Amino acid sequence: MAMIDEPLYPIAVLIDELKNEDIQLRLNSIRKLSTIARALGEERTRKELIPFLSENNDDDDEVLLAMAEELGVFIPYVGGVEHANVLLPPLETLCIVEETCVRDKAVESLCRIGAQMREQDLVEFFIPLLKRLAAGEWFTARVSSCGLFHIAYPSAPEALKTELRTLYGQLCQDDMPMVRRSAATNLGKFAATVEAPHLKVDIMSMFDDLTHDDQDSVRLLAVEGCAALGKLLEPQDCVAHILPVIVNFSQDKSWRVRYMVANQLYELCEAVGPEPTRSDLVPAYVRLLRDNEAEVRIAAAGKVTKFCRILNSELAIQNILPCVKELSTDSSQHVRSALASVIMGMAPILGKDATIEQLLPIFLSLLKDEFPDVRLNIISKLDQVNQVIGIDLLSQSLLPAIVELAEDRHWRVRLAIIEYIPLLASQLGVGFFDDKLGALCMQWLKDKVYSIRDAAANNVKRLAEEFGPDWAMQHIVPQVLDMINNPHYLYRMTILHAVSLLAPVMGKDITCSKLLPVVINASKDRVPNIKFNVAKVLQSLIPIVDQSVVEKTIRPCLVELSEDPDVDVRYFATQALQSSDQQMMMSS
Amino acid sequence: MNGGDEVAAAPAGPPQSLDWKFSQVFGERTAGEEVQEVDIISAIEFDKTGDHLATGDRGGRVVLFERTDTKDHGVPRRDLERMEYPIGRHPEFRYKTEFQSHEPEFDYLKSLEIEEKINKIRWCQTANGALFLLSTNDKTIKFWKVQEKKVKKISDMNLDPSKAVGNGSIASSSTPKHCLANGGSPDRSYNYLGNDFSFPPGGLPSLRLPVVVTSQETNLVARCRRVYAHAHDYHINSVSNNSDGETFISADDLRINLWNLEISNQSFNIVDVKPANMEDLTEVITSAEFHPTHCNTLAYSSSKGSIRVIDLRQSALCDSHAKLFEEPEAPGSRSFFTEIIASISDIKFARDGRYILSRDYMTLKLWDINMDSGPVATFQVHEYLRPKLCDLYENDSIFDKFECCLSGDGLRVATGSYSNLFRVFGCAPGSTEATTLEASKNPMRQVQTPSRPSRSLSSITRVVRRGAENPGVDANGNAFDFTTKLLHLAWHPTENSIACAAANSLYMYYA
Repeated sequence: MAMIDEPLYPIAVLIDELKNEDIQLRLNSIRKLSTIARALGEERTRKELIPFLSENNDDDDEVLLAMAEELGVFIPYVGGVEHANVLLPPLETLCIVEETCVRDKAVESLCRIGAQMREQDLVEFFIPLLKRLAAGEWFTARVSSCGLFHIAYPSAPEALKTELRTLYGQLCQDDMPMVRRSAATNLGKFAATVEAPHLKVDIMSMFDDLTHDDQDSVRLLAVEGCAALGKLLEPQDCVAHILPVIVNFSQDKSWRVRYMVANQLYELCEAVGPEPTRSDLVPAYVRLLRDNEAEVRIAAAGKVTKFCRILNSELAIQNILPCVKELSTDSSQHVRSALASVIMGMAPILGKDATIEQLLPIFLSLLKDEFPDVRLNIISKLDQVNQVIGIDLLSQSLLPAIVELAEDRHWRVRLAIIEYIPLLASQLGVGFFDDKLGALCMQWLKDKVYSIRDAAANNVKRLAEEFGPDWAMQHIVPQVLDMINNPHYLYRMTILHAVSLLAPVMGKDITCSKLLPVVINASKDRVPNIKFNVAKVLQSLIPIVDQSVVEKTIRPCLVELSEDPDVDVRYFATQALQSSDQQMMMSS
Repeated sequence: MNGGDEVAAAPAGPPQSLDWKFSQVFGERTAGEEVQEVDIISAIEFDKTGDHLATGDRGGRVVLFERTDTKDHGVPRRDLERMEYPIGRHPEFRYKTEFQSHEPEFDYLKSLEIEEKINKIRWCQTANGALFLLSTNDKTIKFWKVQEKKVKKISDMNLDPSKAVGNGSIASSSTPKHCLANGGSPDRSYNYLGNDFSFPPGGLPSLRLPVVVTSQETNLVARCRRVYAHAHDYHINSVSNNSDGETFISADDLRINLWNLEISNQSFNIVDVKPANMEDLTEVITSAEFHPTHCNTLAYSSSKGSIRVIDLRQSALCDSHAKLFEEPEAPGSRSFFTEIIASISDIKFARDGRYILSRDYMTLKLWDINMDSGPVATFQVHEYLRPKLCDLYENDSIFDKFECCLSGDGLRVATGSYSNLFRVFGCAPGSTEATTLEASKNPMRQVQTPSRPSRSLSSITRVVRRGAENPGVDANGNAFDFTTKLLHLAWHPTENSIACAAANSLYMYYA
């Protein structure tokens, strides 16, 4: 056993703990691997630490994951880029473990290192590693290899490039579906590094294999490849090779593949360009909107606005709008909900006339939907439609919808609508709000559920911000303060909370004249919970009001509370007094 | 590989009947030994290569066996797969390891005891020399990795453990956590190793890395990698892997869920037969299995004797089936027991995926996936019991769930019966092979032909009687034993070798 000098003691512990029985300590040491490397110096890190890590790769996944991550940024500790290759062996073994997240991290780190390596080192070390993995006995190695080609390929000499392309082609036809899935996932990245002539021949034939795979899970990953490859190809090649594949996929027997198409549709349209989109993808999209499987319709409905943006309004009205009408009465609530969340965005695309004529009835029917999520989604995007048709046309149907949601049985629904009240207020305007919604806001302050009362207090504050203190003085403050006499202490507490939120918005004059007296009055409450909340509120008011008011009104009240029989009241009162002392010291 | 091809390629006439021989027994009972309930085998499964065999028992344990007659460490796995095993050798297995997969639990919300009994075991794709398998009890599925690890010893630390102990932590002689001994709190020691601590450019020569000595000894370690829990309201009867290598299904009485092997906190319900009102319930799911090669096809059986094949491509929730296989009821034969004995206890796809084998109480049926009008073959397993259905009902034996299996070449099928008997039938066209074997060291002791059921009945009289509790004797003095039932058996994927469970003993036969 070596004798260790005192200052080295912690680092010695760190090193020893690389092999501790306790996984937490091992993890700790691995996370500090850079410290260990600095202590050992570059040369010993290369000659001892890295081989040590390569040999000790049968640890728990958490430790291996951390190791894979640390090694990705280890180049400075082994002596810079010219020694980067020493990091490859431990990462190579990590690429073979069976835990996916460890492998993925090792591949990520290898890519990071490979991207910095010198070209000759890539050829000498990185590419042989890639070839070993690609020919690996276990599928885990082959899965990992797929994610490394795009790093190795650009530096490879011509002959090696051909070999790498062949190798990737073999991986696309591997026996194991896991390998083919990885090949499909990484095809786009690899293709981006391949020269145009090979792209059209080699890569496209690999892509072709993948699009005809027996396994649904492989085919649906190939859908993503469509968008990636489409962007690399010349427009005419894209139309010739990718477009038919997309159209085919949109009619695939597997709903999961169609779902992917619906989900990726916008990217696919971008890849093929606007003209082919209009001619070929509109029919495909219409089919997806009318798909038998609700999951596919959900994905398609969610893209309706984005898709229409690519089209002109005429095509949208002609082809898409009829489908939207059908979807608004779809049997699946989730489809309607997805539609409701995006449909408002169609208004600017369709223009005012078409919106009023065609879209408005759909809004209105969705606003009356039996499923609260659908209604909420419409209301949450109200600002978009307001820009096109104005609120007047909507307000008639809007109000009943809001009132119904405001009184919904489920408190989460009520909570959601409260969140949108400030937005609604700004869209509807002061007049409308006063008439119809003001009462609701007060009603929420008396809700049975705490979260609703809490949100309601916040809402009152946001309204005051929206419409200004004068309006609030007239329409909110008196009503709120009235409720301080509620017989139930929980409701009185809500009002105290609202007061503390309103005070900064209302300014010191109104706070002193209207809000403060109410709070001071509440300090005489018979419930201790109210009293210590008074202390808290007073503490929050101190920075807002003048020093003289603090001295004359707030402090005496706090002093009184600090002698209260209840321990909690005394505690919070003392806290408030201390904070007021600090305030004074700072200002003096 | 392809069983169907071999059927077509078979030259003239059906294949010869097999001559079954005893190969091995594990956990054989000595005379008079009481069987412990927890030791009773409740699941048997060969892996895809046939090099490994797993059994699960009522005590929640999983026992692994490995094949010894072909073990050749010099040959890479890929070559081994392609290699035809030389004829003449028969598979022999040896105990490899065992581990406790499930423990008894208690669901406090529902006040329900959850047994630890292993209901099903399924092997997953091997990777890096480690074995992977899924095991399930009534509620929870677990994903296990079993791996050989070299025993490693750590020597030569920077700090002398014996000296470090003196630094204030409590030394415990039983736990070898000597490194913790460096003064108690490792956090504290890191703290004064701040960023400003500068190391000399050449490093500190006095520091060294721990030396790990790897011995040749290996240790088999089973680790639970994932637990798929809380997805089933009813008892899980099946788990089955998909050919895509990333998903599997689990089926309970009313629902089938789809999982990703890597994601344990989420599953998708793909079949739900629960009626809105439980009083309308007429049928439950009894067994489910994925097609061996088509990732989108799965079959499940019901208590009404039907098999439904569904196509996962059609819809996210596959409540409407693509194909329905059921046998029309023969007119006039209806009795009180008709529905009970129609219930299918197990289904298995043949290896090529073309045929489905199903077992109900009295018969084995082979279905062609392309013919839904009726089974292509029906085999009577124990027709002599038909007059005794009343007794079997009274002692609940009629609800016993027998499993079934097919040979790798698809030419034969097998299933269990009572008195530790199991039957092997030839299912190639024209085959009349029907063999009865007993799970004992002398399997062919009672050869019974189905044409003479009455004769054979009297010959099945070897009964292990335990006390007077066993009323296995009928009015004619013929006895058969309801308590020694052979429920679980598995056929080796590539050879004519059967593993079957008789209570706590695992018997292996070859032909």
